[in-house]
Amino acid sequence: MSFDTLIDSLETSDGTADPFPREPARGPLARKFVTNLSIADRAFRRLLYGGGGLVLVIMVLVGSFLFYRAWTALHKAGFSFFTTQDWNPDGGGFGIAAVLVGTMLIALVAIVVALPLALGTALYISEYAPARFKRSLVAVVDLMAAVPSVVYGLWGAFLLQWQVISLSRWISDWFGWIPIFAVNGAHRHDPLATATVYTSSSFIAGLVVALMVTPIACSIMREAFGQAPAGEREGAYALGATRWGMIRSVVLPFGTGAIIGGTMLGLGRALGETIAVVMIISPVFKIQPHILQNGTSSISSLIALRYGESSPFAISALMAAGLTLFVFTLLVNFAAASVVARSRSGALSEA
Amino acid sequence: MTTTMEPPASAESTAALARLRDVELTTEMPRVSAPAAHPPTITPRRPSEADRPVVPRRIGGARVSDVYSLVAALASSLCTTGLWWSDASPFNGILGFVVVSWAMFVVFYGVLVSFDEKRTAVVDRIVQVIVTSLAFLVFACLALVIFYTVEQGWRAFIHTNFYTQDLRTTPPGAPLTKGGVLHALMGTLIELAITLAFAVPLGVLGAVFLAEVPGKFNRFVRTIVEAMTALPDILAGLFVYATLILIFGMGFCGFAASVALAITILPIIMRTGDIVLRLVAGNLKEASYALGTSQWRTVWHVTLPTARAGLATAVILGAARAIGETSPVLLTAGFNTNFNTNAFSGPMVSLPLEVYQDVGTPQHTSIERGFGTATLLLVLVVVLFTIARILGGRGPGALTPRQQRRRERASARDAARIDARHEDERRRRSRQYVRPHPTTGPYSSSDPPGFTEAPGGF
Repeated sequence: MSFDTLIDSLETSDGTADPFPREPARGPLARKFVTNLSIADRAFRRLLYGGGGLVLVIMVLVGSFLFYRAWTALHKAGFSFFTTQDWNPDGGGFGIAAVLVGTMLIALVAIVVALPLALGTALYISEYAPARFKRSLVAVVDLMAAVPSVVYGLWGAFLLQWQVISLSRWISDWFGWIPIFAVNGAHRHDPLATATVYTSSSFIAGLVVALMVTPIACSIMREAFGQAPAGEREGAYALGATRWGMIRSVVLPFGTGAIIGGTMLGLGRALGETIAVVMIISPVFKIQPHILQNGTSSISSLIALRYGESSPFAISALMAAGLTLFVFTLLVNFAAASVVARSRSGALSEA
Repeated sequence: MTTTMEPPASAESTAALARLRDVELTTEMPRVSAPAAHPPTITPRRPSEADRPVVPRRIGGARVSDVYSLVAALASSLCTTGLWWSDASPFNGILGFVVVSWAMFVVFYGVLVSFDEKRTAVVDRIVQVIVTSLAFLVFACLALVIFYTVEQGWRAFIHTNFYTQDLRTTPPGAPLTKGGVLHALMGTLIELAITLAFAVPLGVLGAVFLAEVPGKFNRFVRTIVEAMTALPDILAGLFVYATLILIFGMGFCGFAASVALAITILPIIMRTGDIVLRLVAGNLKEASYALGTSQWRTVWHVTLPTARAGLATAVILGAARAIGETSPVLLTAGFNTNFNTNAFSGPMVSLPLEVYQDVGTPQHTSIERGFGTATLLLVLVVVLFTIARILGGRGPGALTPRQQRRRERASARDAARIDARHEDERRRRSRQYVRPHPTTGPYSSSDPPGFTEAPGGF
């Protein structure tokens, strides 16, 4: 069993039973239980509380410090921070309109690609794969999550990018009438048209990020599929269902929460992915709605490329961008966690 | 009446039984054969259930026709796509070929299966093909990522100087026989050590807190830690950059990078550690409490040792993440080309950062060196990951054979020690003076004077 999935399978329970319950039993004849902790135990509890508190302080410090440092820039820019496309904090306007759209588009491509991949892999491992391969396949998916993002970035920038150009060209040739697939400067059926308009696009970055979020979403889905009640599976087979019929009527409804939650956790990861995106895209600071076209940007790549700016105000502006990313990721993650948790609690009503 | 149902008897009774049976047979024989001038009908013995060979019926698996339709669909899709490709090509490139032939394969396969099966079964087969190929695609992508990196990095990877030199005197375009990434390897190891020195004690303490002290505060910390697990890693780097480097004026250094990495992996270690601690069997802990132990002794002597393998896995997974992270290091470690072992002054580059810097240059050999560094990084991650799998594959408290033997030897030693102590105790107590009961007189003649066996011995 992989650790990520282990984590998610257990996180909804309320922890172990307290060996020293403090709440006395109720009722007229209830005996009073009083726990007299020894000095050593009291010190031990203090230590544990201290450890938990310290971790909490560190984590909260990161968020609040971001907010504190971002305040200068946010205060000065006001609402225009969300509408300005340019990024020029030291002279003139700056805002996250362009980078936020870029972040969203990359994450969108990543999720659209990763969802079927993760769903297919999870279904394959839990339903189709021979039993003796299952453990190794789970290990391979976990390994995929452990491969450093810079390695994915290398692969995307040096290999995938040039292979995908033909696909990009084909999509823009045939589906260019859909605005998101349009490419300025591309001419249909022009064999001499340059291919560089298709490189370094949101689409390619999204494909690479999709590979990075697939294992995360996959392990959550697979864990939920594996918990689908055996009685209902056999019931479906007994009624004459094919394997797909069983999956559609038992496994998928059972795992709906995990599919949504896993996808959203993947989305959270996709929003924050930095280095692979930086290696692929060529940054532009205008809203680029054409995902197949060269040039896009994202919040994390903006931070990675501009952190060296010297003026404190520019740093504050970067902090404001980081804060936006922080808030977005937190929202997505909390939503995902609550969806996954709810699906689990529904699963317990089986008996 | 069968003899097997009889209890085992003596020789006489067996003989008596045999005689009895003979008598029965002889008395019945005439009755059966008397009216018959023809020989009696002999019916074949009905085979009992036990005689039937045990061959379970196959209820799944592929039939011959399934294999035929798979192979035929594959062949025809490849041929059709090949023909299309050579004559009327709407695409180019290998990727398009694979995609189109796959789509054709699915269609042909559906058509072929529909000759034999009903609609439901056809849908089932098509879904099976799609799901299997999606999974195959994911695994193929991973294999391709690893293979491509190793293939591109191999030329740099095999040179010895790659591991023994730094890039101090190596210009960007220098051949692969000069310069290496020793400084980055060293930087990674130093940063990893400092990171773990921060993250492991705090992470394990936090995990014990999450697992052992339930309550409202616990739930709050858990929520925050879960949210932080998915914190974009660059934000940890930005935080450290803004505090340690800009406010405290530390400068780019390995220590700052380690702090950023520690913030990144702390929630990972905490969550995974919390899980493995909660997997420790409750009756073990309850047994400990039942013996009157305090909580901290139970945690220290029962919970933590039982979860040792799982905790090691948590730490190793965290370490694998820390080794591969680029963006926190990018903002905090700075970039250098020379060997630097001082984590507190001067920039200290790590392996992923070295990759990032190398492939950003236009020189061909630099890019190759970058791929070589990525290969080295990949090897480190895979090694760590394998160790984590081996440790984490066992359940909590499960031991390797060697540990098992060691544990048994220790147990035997303990048993001997406890026996010896009890023996000692018994002898000591038996020598205790017990004041004789006043009513029975000072000494009764039967008792040895003054010494009696103490009650409650072992």
